[in-house]
Amino acid sequence: MSETLILTPRWGTKDSHTLASYRRDGGYAALAKALAMAPSAIVDEVKASNLRGRGGAGFACGLKWTFLPKDVRPRYLTVNADESEPGTFKDRYIIEYDPHMLLEGIAIACYANDIHTAYIYIRGEFKRQAEILEVAIAEEYQAGILGPRLLGKLDFALDVHVHRGAGAYICGEESALLESLEGKKGYPRLKPPFPAVIGLYGKPTIINNVETIANVPWIVQHGGAAFAALGVGKSGGTRLFCVSGHVNRPGVYEKPVHYNLKRLIMEDCGGVLGGRQVKAVIPGGSSAPVLTGDEIDVSMEFDALKAVGTMAGSGGVIVMDDSTCMVRALSRISKFYADESCGQCTPCREGTPWMEGLLERIEHGLGVPGDVDKLAQMANNIGGQTICALGDAAAMPVQSFVKKFRAEFERHVTERRCPFGDHAWGKNQETREAVIGGVTAQV
Amino acid sequence: MPNREPGSPGAVKDLPAEGVQRFDAELFPILRRYPEDRKASAMLPALRIGEHVFGYLSPPVMALAADRLGVSPARAQEVATFYVMFNTKPVGRHVVEICTNVSCCLTGADRIFRALKQKLGVENGGTTADGLITLREVECLGSCGTAPAMLVDEEMIEQLTLQKVEKILGSLG
Repeated sequence: MSETLILTPRWGTKDSHTLASYRRDGGYAALAKALAMAPSAIVDEVKASNLRGRGGAGFACGLKWTFLPKDVRPRYLTVNADESEPGTFKDRYIIEYDPHMLLEGIAIACYANDIHTAYIYIRGEFKRQAEILEVAIAEEYQAGILGPRLLGKLDFALDVHVHRGAGAYICGEESALLESLEGKKGYPRLKPPFPAVIGLYGKPTIINNVETIANVPWIVQHGGAAFAALGVGKSGGTRLFCVSGHVNRPGVYEKPVHYNLKRLIMEDCGGVLGGRQVKAVIPGGSSAPVLTGDEIDVSMEFDALKAVGTMAGSGGVIVMDDSTCMVRALSRISKFYADESCGQCTPCREGTPWMEGLLERIEHGLGVPGDVDKLAQMANNIGGQTICALGDAAAMPVQSFVKKFRAEFERHVTERRCPFGDHAWGKNQETREAVIGGVTAQV
Repeated sequence: MPNREPGSPGAVKDLPAEGVQRFDAELFPILRRYPEDRKASAMLPALRIGEHVFGYLSPPVMALAADRLGVSPARAQEVATFYVMFNTKPVGRHVVEICTNVSCCLTGADRIFRALKQKLGVENGGTTADGLITLREVECLGSCGTAPAMLVDEEMIEQLTLQKVEKILGSLG
């Protein structure tokens, strides 16, 4: 298995966030190479790379770029740095450790698609990361990389701006993000039309996740085929997997996109804290259907996880040991979706707090016979009934937890209490060191 | 609501002139990031600046933001109440926001949050009697590997323990 690192090799090195350090390590050679290529040839390389969107949906990046209508200008690039899916914490480290890699990717993507304005939409809670980006962008303007002449060479103007959100998970949904960027509340738009056709300010817009765009310089440097070869089938490259919960070494691990989930947890992360057993794993952020400890010997590639009934999502792997209460965990997940539902569609607005309330009732021993069926029924009435995927995201954890841990839910009802008592979140809850791309996290 | 040009004196009579000046000075450079006819795009930055300058988003502050961006005050209010980071009511001198989502609770956030509520004598969203600290439970902060995490006045603090949190709160003046 390949050990090639694309995104993390500079993490933890001295001043890795500065332009000087990025240039010393060969930064902007990819942009220089790109500017000597025909824009369409760059798009072809990205298509050949099998780069799939790292934000959650896994959509083919190169294909997305080809959806822009040929003759409408201006076009916009919007980079999604609204990283808010519970269990996901990778884009922030790209920004903290290597913001110029992201900016180089943005520059190449804009040149390839004839885009002259890019916005990085970053979640409001990432104040420090937004400041790092502002500084990095200012460095680039000063160096003449951004501005009227791209890389100081080509007669191609490019402006990149940071737009900081203000606390709303829904703004990670691409059309809600556009609404928010237009200064409105984050209500997702009906699709079609897709943003590639009618996006920001009604103009064609590409929306890519931070990690997706950060891969672009490497693809231009080494070729799409080399990137594709790191992965498998229709998924190329490496991925940042974020592991949290009851493991010995939580953190961000860059691995081939089809890396084995069990190996990641048991070998890279050093297994479960205190030598306990894995009870449940959420493989792709809290929206992804849960896997039991017996189901984790799988590839984490998009289609492979889909084949076992879950999804690779945002790469957020949450591990729960055998002392964790599944009702407690699910009730907290449901609270999240109830809190974050934007309120636009009735099934989601009304259904998510209802599920949360019912789960709280069951967790506290107040459930009555039939509640577990009712819960599953509610989830089925939300999924697929809403404008955006938040409804599905709220339904999928409920459906999967109830299906896979039904006996535990029923036990809460029949025993009229939580069998886990006051350690529903597990017997080992202590804080521990994290590994971030090969270095120990400095907090 | 007529579309006023940014910089017009409308809708600001209830705010101190010095504050309005600071607000304008901070906002106007940011307007350049958006197309001329899309100034309303700066609503989130405008509200953030308003909160920073005036303490919280009172109706006159929202009206000021709306005025400068050429939209109705209702639009500013709609946005201000949609996003959880904006405060439309006064808050304590320091705002402590602790994540209690799954990964944080798996590493002890639930216990820390409960202990904090008890120690500060407040419920979720409450402010201490001396007006020093507002305590709030928030959703995932993107620090799941370095959990538990919290924001203190928007600065992220990670790998929390109860002792660490108590020490930080003790240092807030």
